[in-house]
Amino acid sequence: MTSLFFVVTMALYFAATVSFLACVLWPSDALSKVSLGMTAVGFATHTIALVAWMVGVTDVSLPGFYEALSFFSWMLILVFLAVEFRHRLHVLGSFIVPLAMVSLVAAAALPDTAPTLVPVFRTLWVHVTLSMLGTVGFAVAFVAGVMYLIQDGLLKSKRVNSLYVKLPALDFLDHLSQQSIVLGFPLLTLGIITGALSAEFSRGAYLNWNPEQTWALVTWVFYFAVLLGRLTMGWRAKRAAYLTIIGFVGVILTLIGVVLKSHGPVS
Amino acid sequence: MHIVVVGLSHKTAPVEIREKLAVPESRLGEALTRLCSYPGVREGIVLSTCNRVEVYAVVDEIEAGYGRIQEFLADAHLSISSEQLTPHLFWHHGDRAITHLFRVTSSLDSMIVGESQILGQVKDAFEVALAHKSTGIILNKVVKKAISVAKRVRTETKIAETAVSVSYAAVELAKKIFSDLSEKTVLLVGAGEMAKLAAQHFIASGVRHVQVTTRNPQHGLELAERFGGAAVPFEQFREGMASADIVLVSTGAAQYLVSEDDVQRSVRQRKNRPMFLIDISVPRNIDPAVRHVDNAFLFDIDDLKARVEQNRGGRLQEAEKAERMVVDEVGVVRQWLQSLEVIPTIMALRTKVDDIRRVEVEKALGRLVNLSGPDRELVEAMASSIVNKLIHHTMVTLKAEVNSSDGATFVEVARRFFSLGDPALTTGEANAATASEPGASADDDSKDPAAMIPRAGSKRVNQ
Repeated sequence: MTSLFFVVTMALYFAATVSFLACVLWPSDALSKVSLGMTAVGFATHTIALVAWMVGVTDVSLPGFYEALSFFSWMLILVFLAVEFRHRLHVLGSFIVPLAMVSLVAAAALPDTAPTLVPVFRTLWVHVTLSMLGTVGFAVAFVAGVMYLIQDGLLKSKRVNSLYVKLPALDFLDHLSQQSIVLGFPLLTLGIITGALSAEFSRGAYLNWNPEQTWALVTWVFYFAVLLGRLTMGWRAKRAAYLTIIGFVGVILTLIGVVLKSHGPVS
Repeated sequence: MHIVVVGLSHKTAPVEIREKLAVPESRLGEALTRLCSYPGVREGIVLSTCNRVEVYAVVDEIEAGYGRIQEFLADAHLSISSEQLTPHLFWHHGDRAITHLFRVTSSLDSMIVGESQILGQVKDAFEVALAHKSTGIILNKVVKKAISVAKRVRTETKIAETAVSVSYAAVELAKKIFSDLSEKTVLLVGAGEMAKLAAQHFIASGVRHVQVTTRNPQHGLELAERFGGAAVPFEQFREGMASADIVLVSTGAAQYLVSEDDVQRSVRQRKNRPMFLIDISVPRNIDPAVRHVDNAFLFDIDDLKARVEQNRGGRLQEAEKAERMVVDEVGVVRQWLQSLEVIPTIMALRTKVDDIRRVEVEKALGRLVNLSGPDRELVEAMASSIVNKLIHHTMVTLKAEVNSSDGATFVEVARRFFSLGDPALTTGEANAATASEPGASADDDSKDPAAMIPRAGSKRVNQ
């Protein structure tokens, strides 16, 4: 039953992605409404699937990467729907929905084996949830950064196309990006702390400098610098957009590292 | 009775002439009284804005009416004779006059098509006319309809949304850089007409902080006062440029006033907050190299014009939609005006009462089966006699009053008393009532048609 809902969700997100991308090329009110509708219905089935999964969870179950990525994608859609509700920003869907779709597909593509991390502690749950919430913040910041650079480029080159019309004001995107990092950063920090704690429980060391831990720390330091530069040195606008995009690439690399590690040969 | 309009607008007359004929608001009441004192002018309203001076009137004879209004216009300024005025005027009557008023009010005739100011100006002119009782049943109806048509055009077409002028284009671009203009500061460099217009549009779009700098300090102070802003010394404006989010440059200078370094420095001082620079000067006053500065967005007059051209396609469609609306609504008013003709009213009244009489007589005779032939004739004769006597005085009065200044009022009242079906009248009133904003006194009367009668009556007393 749960997997049926996931399949329906994926199909809806896929259809919404296609129609949201079509909206960029051929602007149409009806098409954006259809895209939005499919996203909303997909979000509902996604919620049902996640709730059904949680109800079925027993104490020994682990939050696998499938669930973590699925949760990540669910949060992205939630953020999009919230921003859409508040600011009527259909165009954000053309960027966020594809990202959510890709992470859900990635989740499904992962081999369906249980993670190799043992033993299991409650803290792992907290670690995964917090890290994912932090990542959602960075993902939104990334999307806002991409939109910023596109709009900046369109304004500079004075090209007025349908995307220019749909994209919001530069300072709105800059603000959205900043707020997302401001919210995401403390969550990721807590995620790293709880990760270190569970590592200490499971392996007896907070940090053993394996590649994904190192990457996570590098990412953390990078975002810390971005945030600090933004708040104190005027690293806003174009530069901030570039930095946010680079930072998110780091986040993705970390995630890939974690996934490869736990599904690959045990180290 | 004919509706006529005589006037001049930005399309027919240069600003020097328009300025001379413009009637200041303080003297509008006096002008209306003067207008209505001309023989043959029954109702009148004067619309005077910086782009047009138009006189709408209900007159007995079209040609004579044109002449009177032209005299009235020429009287406004000593240095202008009626003959000198002729080449700058336009004249319309009947449907064309109504169409013109509807188009003007809907901003289809404006210099910047779709601007909203004109609707307020028509409302103001109407209120002054109401206060001075210079309008009667016909102009009240037509002007109210014009206001409701304009509101319909604004809500049902996108004419107002589209950037149609260079200065609107500038505001639209600014909205793609700044989401909330109310906290932004506009620096106006120089006092070119276009820049002033753009500054006005920025203020209309919510900008509250305006700085002005001009070579002539006195001029700068005046402008600053006009825009509710601060004057900045011209020699220092480059140093203070960082405090402006939007810089509007329009001077007569032959060289660049703002260099790439100036903008680079300002953006740095602003900690990379974006800056929007608009150069409306010809030749240009901002070095085009500014384009290379990150987070600074420079648009010159050609860029803005290109934006306007891109918008024009959509605007034309919307304008066509609006024009069709105007044509439809003129049709409604025409129908109503025709209903005010006395002959059709008398015929409608006759038909109506005859129908009632016939039906009632047949009904009664159907029951009185035992009546003899002569008795039946008697009943029929009695019914005819009652009906004829009841409407006799109405008919006589209508015929007698048709040429008085209140003729139209009598006709309308008769139609209402006898409910002589007139869709144009009822729907027209309903539209005006629903379209009106609460508290707008010009519209309030529309809910109470009877309120028009004493006004029309008192006008006659005034004369």
